[in-house]
Amino acid sequence: MTDHALPPAIQGAPPARPGRRFSLTWFGLTPFLLFSTLFLLIPAAYLVVGSFTGQDGRLTLDNYAGLTAPLPLNAYLTSIEISLVTALAGGIFGFLMAYAVISGGLPRFLRISLFTFAGVASNFAGVPLALAFIFTIGRLGLLTTFLVGLGFNPYDAGFSLYSKIGLEIVYLYFQLPLMILIIAPAIDGLKKEWREASENMGASQVQYWRYVALPVLLPSLLGAMVLLFGNAFGAQATAYQLTGGFINIVTILIGNQLTGDVLHNVGVGYALAMGMVVILGVTLIAYSWLQRRSERWLR
Amino acid sequence: MTDTGAGGTNRLGQGVEAMQGEAVDAAGKERKSRWRFAWWLIFIAGSLYFFLPLLGTFAFSLKDRPFGSAYTKILADPQFFSTLGYSFVIGIITIIVSISIMVPTAFWVRLRMPRARPIVEFITLLPFVIPPIVLVFGLIRTYSQPPLPFTHTSIGSTALLVCAYVVLSFPYMYRAVDTGLRSMDVQSLTEAAQSLGAGWIRILVQVILPNLRVAILSGAFLTLAIVVGEFTIALFLARPVFAVYLSRLGDTAPYQQSAVALISFGLTWIAMGLIAVIGRGGRGRITVTGNR
Repeated sequence: MTDHALPPAIQGAPPARPGRRFSLTWFGLTPFLLFSTLFLLIPAAYLVVGSFTGQDGRLTLDNYAGLTAPLPLNAYLTSIEISLVTALAGGIFGFLMAYAVISGGLPRFLRISLFTFAGVASNFAGVPLALAFIFTIGRLGLLTTFLVGLGFNPYDAGFSLYSKIGLEIVYLYFQLPLMILIIAPAIDGLKKEWREASENMGASQVQYWRYVALPVLLPSLLGAMVLLFGNAFGAQATAYQLTGGFINIVTILIGNQLTGDVLHNVGVGYALAMGMVVILGVTLIAYSWLQRRSERWLR
Repeated sequence: MTDTGAGGTNRLGQGVEAMQGEAVDAAGKERKSRWRFAWWLIFIAGSLYFFLPLLGTFAFSLKDRPFGSAYTKILADPQFFSTLGYSFVIGIITIIVSISIMVPTAFWVRLRMPRARPIVEFITLLPFVIPPIVLVFGLIRTYSQPPLPFTHTSIGSTALLVCAYVVLSFPYMYRAVDTGLRSMDVQSLTEAAQSLGAGWIRILVQVILPNLRVAILSGAFLTLAIVVGEFTIALFLARPVFAVYLSRLGDTAPYQQSAVALISFGLTWIAMGLIAVIGRGGRGRITVTGNR
């Protein structure tokens, strides 16, 4: 059916004339638009509408006000804290590791093996990742038993893998490699000439970093860390497996709401989910803005 | 350090300069080697962090008696193969659906609808903003009641699972296909095929698709890696997938659980290795799946 509209356009006629041709060319996107509408846009719209609908069926903002109750509020705070901590720690240490193998004078094969491993490890997450840490620093894990043998039991000292700090340690396993992969091109983009030029002009190491390298790297560093933040914020499977669903973070709370209405208010559940979408949306916008900024120097 | 070399005993200016130069070099070298030591330290600390959990898992799997029986029991466990097989079949169906939606769409956007590009890009980026837990929340609430009670039947839930995975694959598949299309002259190929009398289906299947082989393959393996490891959506749709099996194995067989966790890591290696081999020659792309 679209065949009729084709030959003129093929001969280079720009799609300037709307009208009949307009509707026909849009027709080619029907499968995609239909599928996305059914399985992405309608479910999303259902949550949006539900989040603005009160229990009496009227339009309201009460559901969003309900997010300030202790349970949802703490879930948000814990999720944000975990995401911030792992984005910062993973970001800084990931940068240092990437810098070590790129410009730290380490053998070249280490660089290749680190990037290969990071490619795999950044995708090794969820259930098996949580298990790997349980088998290592869980109550009966390899490292725990080793430390107990040395006379130090971390679990007596207040440490627990099944808590916030434990979750942060586990999240770093996918945050760190992701940072290494994202930041490597930026480190590669630091030109040798810049360092030579600043040294020739008598700049010290500190001055080089303060006035040359860091300003160039900053947008990339921040952008990467923003991405890590979103990466941790949306994580569910790892936390579920590690804590058995007993840690109060947003993704776990949404899951509990889905199966058992733990908030005792359907609408607040929708608002909870929408809050996540808003935070991740802001994250994505910040990331793309920072990425555009970083391309100014690193080309 | 530099001061000792410049001690005024040597009266020949040139000699002093030379000695100063050497001393500065030596100081620079020492500073450099001190830095290198620090970089080594950082690298080793990071490697230990990466390596220990794998070692811990492996050590735990070997604790089962008799030696190595965790692995032989896994190979004798029909559930291991049925869930892995289920996840693979779901993955293949997801790939087929995703390709048959995304290839014509990306082709059409490139050829005739550049104006629609922002819309298509926006929609394909949505899965990054709507995490799996929110997606499955919306899907279940939308499709668990009349007129579309998907979740009331097993086949309906499986269909919903595939649809959710297709949505998750959109960002990866669209970008893979779009990159592939960019490397060929879509306009000329289409015109040539049309002047030879080919219809749209024929153009897509016999002209565009063969040229997209590499791009599609990398998108497909990424999709497979996502689907086989996915946990959240399958859990709430109560589907017997591999990740849910692995999650529950610990209740009855902790040693086998550690063995399967290790196997799962191996599968990730294979998937990423295949993607790297396929993507050879192209720009190094960071591929990150969404199973957190």
